[in-house]
Amino acid sequence: MASKVTTAQTMELAKARQNTRRERWHSFRSVMTQNKAAMAGAIIIGIYLLMMLVAPIVAPYDPYDISLEDKLTPPSMEHWMGTDDKGRDILSRILYGSRLSIGVGFASVLFGAFFGITLGLVAGYYGKWIDTIISRLLDVMLAFPGILLALAIISALGPGLINVTIAVGVFSIPLFARIVRGSTMEVKKLEYIDAIRTLGANDFTIIFKHIFPNVLSPIIVQGSMRLATAILSAAGLSFLGLGAQPPSPEWGAMLSSGRDFLFSAPYMALFPGLMISILVLGFNLFGDGLRDALDPKLKK
Amino acid sequence: MLLFIAKRLVQIIPVIFGVTLVVFLIMQMVPGDPAAILAGEGASQETIEQYREDLGLNRPVAEQYMSYVSNVFQGDLGNSLKNKQPVLDEILLRLPITMELAFYSILITIVLGLAAGIISAVKPYSIRDVSVMVVALLGISLPSFWLGLLLMYLFSVKLQWLPVAGWDGPLNIILPALTLGVGGAAIVARMTRSSMLDVIGQDYIRTARAKGLKEHFVIYKHALRNALIPVITVVGLQFGSLLGGTVLVESVFAINGLGRMIVDAIRTRDLPMVQGGVLVASLVFVFVNLLVDVLYRAVNKRIDLN
Repeated sequence: MASKVTTAQTMELAKARQNTRRERWHSFRSVMTQNKAAMAGAIIIGIYLLMMLVAPIVAPYDPYDISLEDKLTPPSMEHWMGTDDKGRDILSRILYGSRLSIGVGFASVLFGAFFGITLGLVAGYYGKWIDTIISRLLDVMLAFPGILLALAIISALGPGLINVTIAVGVFSIPLFARIVRGSTMEVKKLEYIDAIRTLGANDFTIIFKHIFPNVLSPIIVQGSMRLATAILSAAGLSFLGLGAQPPSPEWGAMLSSGRDFLFSAPYMALFPGLMISILVLGFNLFGDGLRDALDPKLKK
Repeated sequence: MLLFIAKRLVQIIPVIFGVTLVVFLIMQMVPGDPAAILAGEGASQETIEQYREDLGLNRPVAEQYMSYVSNVFQGDLGNSLKNKQPVLDEILLRLPITMELAFYSILITIVLGLAAGIISAVKPYSIRDVSVMVVALLGISLPSFWLGLLLMYLFSVKLQWLPVAGWDGPLNIILPALTLGVGGAAIVARMTRSSMLDVIGQDYIRTARAKGLKEHFVIYKHALRNALIPVITVVGLQFGSLLGGTVLVESVFAINGLGRMIVDAIRTRDLPMVQGGVLVASLVFVFVNLLVDVLYRAVNKRIDLN
């Protein structure tokens, strides 16, 4: 059946798909802009990204500058968020820390997405024993509760922000792989894939050029949700002293040192935690909106 | 039902082997000479060689794995590098504490989550619904280690109603369990709400109402029962992140559970302890998942999980 498909027909099919893609983008944009919660999420994320960029310009003090005579000053006009136990300005540390905390989140999700998507595409496309092996591997990775797999990896690699990025990234692999595998299995059955194959495209081209763009929407939704969890996990690991090390202004590490001063200077723990919470809230709001906009099954 | 349980038990065998393999392989990734690490700092070359010989570290990796698995199944998880005591003894001391914390937390997750979800679903899009869902979204977004510190500051430092840390009495349980349970409760609440809204829209609920049944009877007897089915799966999944979350919460509240044991062991590079702790926690999770599957099947006989 597939061999009867002509080049002209394939072109037509491709064009039709492009049109539907454009229509989908329009409907996606209108759903997103109408969804107030998703817009609020996008604005929060935007502000944080801006903060990462302009930290060196707007930070009032050097985030590492120790000034023991100013230690543990409560929030004031001079130090909006107060100073820590070494007299460093908390606001400046938070501004600089955004680069670390958000950066680790993005890097680990990209790491997990890269391997997860590749595994999912390969398992879904080839099926059979390749799928069985990959799927069992994913089952095993999912059998580790919460951040325990990340902890095991850090115990081997040693503490540090880069190792935390890898550990949290590994923890995301099975989640991406599962979603991509399912979508790939659906897409590979579609007519146009048959047509492209008949035209002589090899597996690599089919998988990465023709299937991958069509499984992107669940990946984007998952990515946005994972960013929230990844930022939380990475901050949690730094809080445990396994990620960023002092004097790093990473938010989890700041929170950890703030814990020792909970009685005398609660603001030391208050602000870094608040920053993490608002950012995660932003990603959750945005992710919820994305899911509604991109998942046709949820449309009522 | 028994057949189903037997089948699921058989199915988890490869997962258990997989978990032991991953834990084993991760420890193979440790940079440096494992014998030197296990022998401890400042050990003589002779001692290191003795360790290598005793632990079979000069044998092929596959053989090492086989002997590791056979030891694990005999309850031998190795000895701690710190105090040279069997790892299993320490785990058996710590596990009950973590399980107790997990039990109370999951109780909070279920009770709070279901209540909030039902309250929301009964009057959808009302102010009550919106405010409950906003709180739920906040609950998902707050880092547990921060929430723990906030609760500690409020109830232990300011109001002085509850103890700051430790695990000595029932009052000690409240804050850690609340910290750990709230995030899950938020997820359960969202799931319960959407599941209830689905069910309330069904024909048989309209029929029940048309028959003149009282509203609370319709909600609790007809709607909730069916809405609970997907919620069970979510609770099961939550148990996993909850078990992982004990690591953070035990550290915040200085509770000597399994999670804190693992973190301390990572800090002191006590690898057998980390290996044992992660393995046991994962096996607990695998069996809890089995339990959830069985429960799911018991509640929903229509679904054939075989």
